[in-house]
Amino acid sequence: MQMKEYKPLIVAFCCNWCSYAGADLAGNNRLNYPADVKIIRVPCSCRVNPMFILRAFQRGADGVILCGCHPGDCHYTSGNYYTRRRMAMLFSMLDYLGIERERTRVEWVSAAEGAKFAATMNDFVEKVTALGENKRLEDLRCKR
Amino acid sequence: MQKITRDQLITKAVELLSNGTVSAVLGWKKGEFDYDITPAVFTTEEEINNGFVYNDFCGANFSKYLVAKTKKLEGKILVFLKPCDSYSFNQLLTEHRFDREKVYAVGIGCEGMADVVKLKNKVDGIVSIDYNDDGMYVDTLYDGTVKVDYAEVMAERCINCKSKKCVAYDELLGEDGEVIDSARFDEVASLEAMTPDERFAFWQGELSRCIRCNACRDACPACTCEKCVFDNPGSGVENKAPVTSFEEQMFHIIRAFHVAGRCTDCGECSRVCPQNIPLHLLNRKFIKDMNECYGEYQAGAEVGSRAPLVDYTEGDLEPGEVFERGENDA
Amino acid sequence: MRKLSLDNLNKFFAAVAESKTIYLPVDQKDGSAKYAKWAEGTEWSNALNTVRSPKDLFFPQTEDLMEFKTEGKNIEIIDIRKESEDFVIFGVRACDVKSFEVLDRVFLSEPVDSFYASRREHAIIVALACTRPSETCFCTTFGIDATEPAGDVSAWKTDSALYLKANTEKGEAFLKSIEALTEDADTAEVDAQKTKTAEIMKKLPLADLTTDAFGGGKTEELWNNPVWDEMSQTCLGCGTCTFVCPTCQCYDIKDFNTGNGVIRYRCWDSCMYSEFTRMAHGNNRLSQKERFRQRFMHKLVYYPENNEGLFSCVGCGRCLAKCPISMNIVKVMKKIGGDK
Repeated sequence: MQMKEYKPLIVAFCCNWCSYAGADLAGNNRLNYPADVKIIRVPCSCRVNPMFILRAFQRGADGVILCGCHPGDCHYTSGNYYTRRRMAMLFSMLDYLGIERERTRVEWVSAAEGAKFAATMNDFVEKVTALGENKRLEDLRCKR
Repeated sequence: MQKITRDQLITKAVELLSNGTVSAVLGWKKGEFDYDITPAVFTTEEEINNGFVYNDFCGANFSKYLVAKTKKLEGKILVFLKPCDSYSFNQLLTEHRFDREKVYAVGIGCEGMADVVKLKNKVDGIVSIDYNDDGMYVDTLYDGTVKVDYAEVMAERCINCKSKKCVAYDELLGEDGEVIDSARFDEVASLEAMTPDERFAFWQGELSRCIRCNACRDACPACTCEKCVFDNPGSGVENKAPVTSFEEQMFHIIRAFHVAGRCTDCGECSRVCPQNIPLHLLNRKFIKDMNECYGEYQAGAEVGSRAPLVDYTEGDLEPGEVFERGENDA
Repeated sequence: MRKLSLDNLNKFFAAVAESKTIYLPVDQKDGSAKYAKWAEGTEWSNALNTVRSPKDLFFPQTEDLMEFKTEGKNIEIIDIRKESEDFVIFGVRACDVKSFEVLDRVFLSEPVDSFYASRREHAIIVALACTRPSETCFCTTFGIDATEPAGDVSAWKTDSALYLKANTEKGEAFLKSIEALTEDADTAEVDAQKTKTAEIMKKLPLADLTTDAFGGGKTEELWNNPVWDEMSQTCLGCGTCTFVCPTCQCYDIKDFNTGNGVIRYRCWDSCMYSEFTRMAHGNNRLSQKERFRQRFMHKLVYYPENNEGLFSCVGCGRCLAKCPISMNIVKVMKKIGGDK
């Protein structure tokens, strides 16, 4: 019996002004990145409440990545600076609880960085695939 | 044993009540067995003389009660603040949660409070307790009078006391203390030193005992939302019981995150937990991380200070770098 | 009466575990005890009682009731009930045994709660007499004899042996199944223990507590008592007292959207919570005073009114030990009933 190839489910929160446009550019330029990445557009990276990240894991995500404008380039001036602190603290806490570090990431991707977007996603999917299924932050009810 | 005596507090309370400064007193009321003390609102001299107590089991932090009581009561309310309560008091003022004008705060020194759980693990069948200079003399059902040293039953939060300094008061009883360079982050550090698998096992073991009674939240002076997200049926995460281990984790991560930067480390969450989950280790992790990443910050040390999570600098470390920190230090 | 040498205790657990799951109090890392499944190497706790009561085994904190799956316009309802198998709850204290009677009247009266009933039918309760009651114990107030616990089998533990006596057919069958490990015994040692414990019970600090001021028909008399206002002043509104209580039986039924279906489940609810029994028009108890009153009136007035005077408190003392502000039913009873 052959094992089905493991495909992780990745949720990518992308800010409307930079990273979502970056994803668009990646598509326009026909750059490949895995279809396992599900993009959720948010007005600003700082719209992402830690609860969103946990809920993504609950609903079956194996990895969650948050993309926003480069620090200093936030459409709302300072949103991503707050994101940076919040996510640093949240990721450190998840690590403290024994959740794998590689399952979460923040990356700054501008509207011009289609190539970076694709490369980031390829790399993230690869890392999460290597980790395998999310077991430590899963909700079994969502898997039946 | 406390240096401040019950009589001192009663004299002060009666004085302020009778000269009209305050119309009510938040204080501690005696229970059935000398350790089961209930926070109470006293409004007459007679009530105070009959029921007011102060001893090593008066750990409850009164600051949060002020949010509701200042709205409800006419006139000023007298509150006694131990040093750690005074930090919560300031933090609530920073968040504009009550009207300072409606409170008369009396700061009181604290020698550290006893932990009922520790005492009960040592002594069976406690009938009454006598406080002497050299320890507690516990009258028991089975073993006669047992002497217990104060140090043996001191609460963890008091062993690792961060400050004996009252940071807010209208009047101070006794002597003020100093901020202490405590060892309160040692346990967090030893958890950090474990492998992820060990940490995961540790927290699964602790959090699996959670019965979601919400005592940690309801006692927490930083948790003053009118409607908690976990009580709100419209939030999508409302839940009355931890159905899965995920929900145990989510509740405690989100609660700790929500008070991060506002938590003064008063330790009420761990004190009230009926399942003895060391919840303060979650809050202290955030405090330790913020101190290391964004500079030393003590919530409630002064009114109006800006917490690290509502602040930023352009050169802050990246979320990915948060893990490399320790490795660089080493 | 049968006698089991304590040396054979583990053999006894192993023998029972061969055919049935056996739950017993075990110590946890933090020093408290809980009911857990016995497995090779499990140590029976010496604790007087567990933090969570054994009601969990009949009425768990959460329980899935059914599942819905939709496909197009079709909705499929899936019965996810698991058939219960016989199990043994070992070491239940007299107060907790009494709590089952309180729960039975709620769940086994029409309409019968089939989930609860199934577990109840499959359970064999081995109750254990107390020898070292705590200062927080007040079971005698409710007419419970801690030295003579009910249950299918009553047990008495001495320094060297466990004495067992069957009270029901189920209990007799159970004792028969482990007959090889036990021997016939007279009641001398048990009687001595009972006398000794009874003496201690009389000396407990709460021994004088009475229910005189309470019972059915007292609603109007007690409803507007100023005590509710006074005593609820500092209540935090957490659910600790209700969740550690062996007789609290309120629950909520909720739907969980799994993303590919819906699980309908029930979970304990607490009358201390602001969302308790929320209806379309909103909440019927808006203040903590009303919630606080509800809890104690339910235990001491409403329940006995509907159940021939049976109070829905068994004096186990868990709420005395666990309330974050040390407010509890004893303080309420003394305040209203008049302290002696």
